[in-house]
Amino acid sequence: MSARALVLALLAAALLAVSAAPAAAATPQVEQNEIEAEVMCPVCGTLLELAESPQAQRQKVFVARLIAAGRSKDEIKDALVAEYGEEVLALPSGDGFNLSAYLVPIVAFVLAAVALALGVRRWRRDGGDGGPAGPAPTGPSEADSKRLDADLSRYDL
Amino acid sequence: MAAGSNLRRPVSTRAAIAVLAVVAVVGLLTFGLLSKGSSGVAVGEVAPVASLPHLEGGGSESLADYRGRWVLVNFWASWCTPCKDEAPALERFQQRHGSEEFTVLGIDSNDLSGDGIEFVRDYGLSYPQLRDGDGEYAEEDFGTTGVPENYLVDPRGRVRLAVRGPVDEEYLREAVAPLLPGGRS
Repeated sequence: MSARALVLALLAAALLAVSAAPAAAATPQVEQNEIEAEVMCPVCGTLLELAESPQAQRQKVFVARLIAAGRSKDEIKDALVAEYGEEVLALPSGDGFNLSAYLVPIVAFVLAAVALALGVRRWRRDGGDGGPAGPAPTGPSEADSKRLDADLSRYDL
Repeated sequence: MAAGSNLRRPVSTRAAIAVLAVVAVVGLLTFGLLSKGSSGVAVGEVAPVASLPHLEGGGSESLADYRGRWVLVNFWASWCTPCKDEAPALERFQQRHGSEEFTVLGIDSNDLSGDGIEFVRDYGLSYPQLRDGDGEYAEEDFGTTGVPENYLVDPRGRVRLAVRGPVDEEYLREAVAPLLPGGRS
């Protein structure tokens, strides 16, 4: 291959790379159903993937356009929030007051676990044996004890 | 006896906790119902105001900026078929009655801004348009249950007419126009 041919080949490769760059930028980074499963249809009050209302159809087209433009999932969610507000997110963001949506279940679980542990500890300390609840067992009365002793002595065991 | 009293005490504590839990749950449910279940603004009441962005061109406005004028507030969305039906009638009404004393005020609710702008252009709407993207002003403040809904607000900011649905030429001519200055139809 001559030097001229080599230069031409390199130029052609460079041109191909440049022309392919916008196509690569527009390559979908996320699936439509992935977004639809994580955002709400604000009018219907359901996940977008379950909604078929006219508003939901427009929202799906909006998402499809952004996917086709090569936007990332976060960028698409940000665009939806800019249009419809925070309520469009099926999962609340993890900051500010929304953080409570994640913290409250964890705190509730920890409190329940502590309460359960304390309950078990107390039950074991009180001598629980898993039997049916009822009056605490007591020894035989004095009269019964005397009668038992008398019976046993009668048999001279 | 001592054992019996030891058994009774924890039961009453547990009962108190259970009652408290039930009261808390009922309280939360009641709060949820009260805060969600807005019955909406009624005729004679002061119309709620909130600063909303213009649908196009930046900046914001509130219904309070229209005090001193009659305003027909029209909640709409581009995806709503009845909104398409009433838009030409509203524009004609604005052409005939729009003045320093009256205007139709469109509020694009629960809609994509691009779709809303396209709608305004398609129907040649000349009256001012605000944007309520998350629908909070419409649903929480006015208590709308859908689009379109129309409210005639007088110069003092009180609701004089409320239509939970589309309006047509006949309604505008016979119910709205007579209330406007001069009672023109």
